[in-house]
Amino acid sequence: MSIRLEKPFQALTPENIEPIQGQLGVYQLADASGDIFYIGYAGGRSLFGLHGELKREMQENSDGTQFRCEVNMQYISRYEELLMLHKYDFGELPERVLNEYPHKIGVLSPGN
Amino acid sequence: MDYQLSEEQQMLVDMVRRFVRTEICPLEDNLDPDAGEIAPEDSERLKEMTRNMGLYGLGIPPEFGGPDVDVTTQTLLAFEMAQHRAGLYNPCYNVFGGAGLAQLYEATDMQKEKYLYPVLRGEKTSFFALTEPSGGSDPGRAIQTRGVQDGDDWILNGAKIFISGADHADFGILFARTSEDKTRNGVTCFLVDTDMPGFHVRRVVHTLRSTKYATEIQIENLRVPKENILGELNKGFAIANDRLSRYRIPYAAGCIGVAIKAQAMAIEYVKIRETFGGLLASRQAIQWMIVDNEIDIRTSRHICMEAAQKADRGDDYRTEAAMAKLLGSEAGGRVVDRVMQIHGGYGMTKDLPLERWYREMRIRRIGEGPSEVQRLVMARNIIGGSFH
Repeated sequence: MSIRLEKPFQALTPENIEPIQGQLGVYQLADASGDIFYIGYAGGRSLFGLHGELKREMQENSDGTQFRCEVNMQYISRYEELLMLHKYDFGELPERVLNEYPHKIGVLSPGN
Repeated sequence: MDYQLSEEQQMLVDMVRRFVRTEICPLEDNLDPDAGEIAPEDSERLKEMTRNMGLYGLGIPPEFGGPDVDVTTQTLLAFEMAQHRAGLYNPCYNVFGGAGLAQLYEATDMQKEKYLYPVLRGEKTSFFALTEPSGGSDPGRAIQTRGVQDGDDWILNGAKIFISGADHADFGILFARTSEDKTRNGVTCFLVDTDMPGFHVRRVVHTLRSTKYATEIQIENLRVPKENILGELNKGFAIANDRLSRYRIPYAAGCIGVAIKAQAMAIEYVKIRETFGGLLASRQAIQWMIVDNEIDIRTSRHICMEAAQKADRGDDYRTEAAMAKLLGSEAGGRVVDRVMQIHGGYGMTKDLPLERWYREMRIRRIGEGPSEVQRLVMARNIIGGSFH
């Protein structure tokens, strides 16, 4: 079982957000070339869950932004896991994550 | 047994209760319902407050700089510290500090310098790795992680699971089998640094609780100097056992604290919520739930206090600690479940802390030894001998 989020990215557009419901979960944002620049979650205080968070992201990010998401009730531990995996894979966290949520994250060495 | 609080105990309980209500609960209003930590600046501010209260480092022996608070009083305070949304696994978000790994108080001077004192100064964090994929309830026999001597070092190989905090820790206590003896007599306790080659945290183990998540560890040819053996070779299980007994009282107290808070919520709610033209408080079905909650709370609290008092007297408290752990975790689960029922649909939502307590409380019947093992511990002590 892979612990990484591996489903393909989709364009962050109204059509692609429409089918996503208001559930709890995690998501990643990438630029047009597929480089991840943000990892976030739709938690217990997110209005309309993943749907609401992605809609907000669409309004705040430029055209060409892509996303992928995962419904997950344990969104906090999954979010932390995705941050650790990103740091393992790329050496550092996305800048926006560091600015928004400066905290000490753990160290994973999951292998490839 | 008289549980009348002394004047000093009452003052401390009142102080911590006020602290939880005025400092911790308001912060949670702005946190995610599953949050496990507060902002670093809030944490530092609140730690300064607990230092000024003289209560920072509860559980640390006075000779190591902790406040001189007995187990009974610590238990009374643990009831209070758990009474907020994250209180079961993050009582007061750790701003009262922690005792760290109590086993380190018996460590060698070198080990104290390298591991204990940095923990007490808040410079290092640690983990405790006992459970393996092969089992956790009978660790003495289940441990398959192997330690083989190589000159002055030991080479460790194996896996551990359900280990909290290993991904953040600087070091940990890890148990391995170091002899051909398949029982608890062949287990040794090692201090391992997480930056040692061969130490891997492979994954987060997602469970019912999102905060203070567990991890899975893999150990591959981890070379540990013999100076890092904690205690004696092949006698590590006594260290594990000591930890398990010692931790049962605060573990139970956390469950009971949450149950007390849930019951308070229920009592408040039934006096304002109307159904079919009358208050919930007037319904016998609801009254009985409230009474059953009270019975659960008082009986589990009574045993928990008895265990704490025996510990303070230096008596053997293993039976009472196991009973407190069993009663506290099971009673806590029943109370939270009833309070959710009383709150109806709102009880299921993340608007209230009940659903989080419900998920986390379920773990408490398994964590730190399941109810069945607590019964086994009690049976051994009550009947005598080891009939298994």
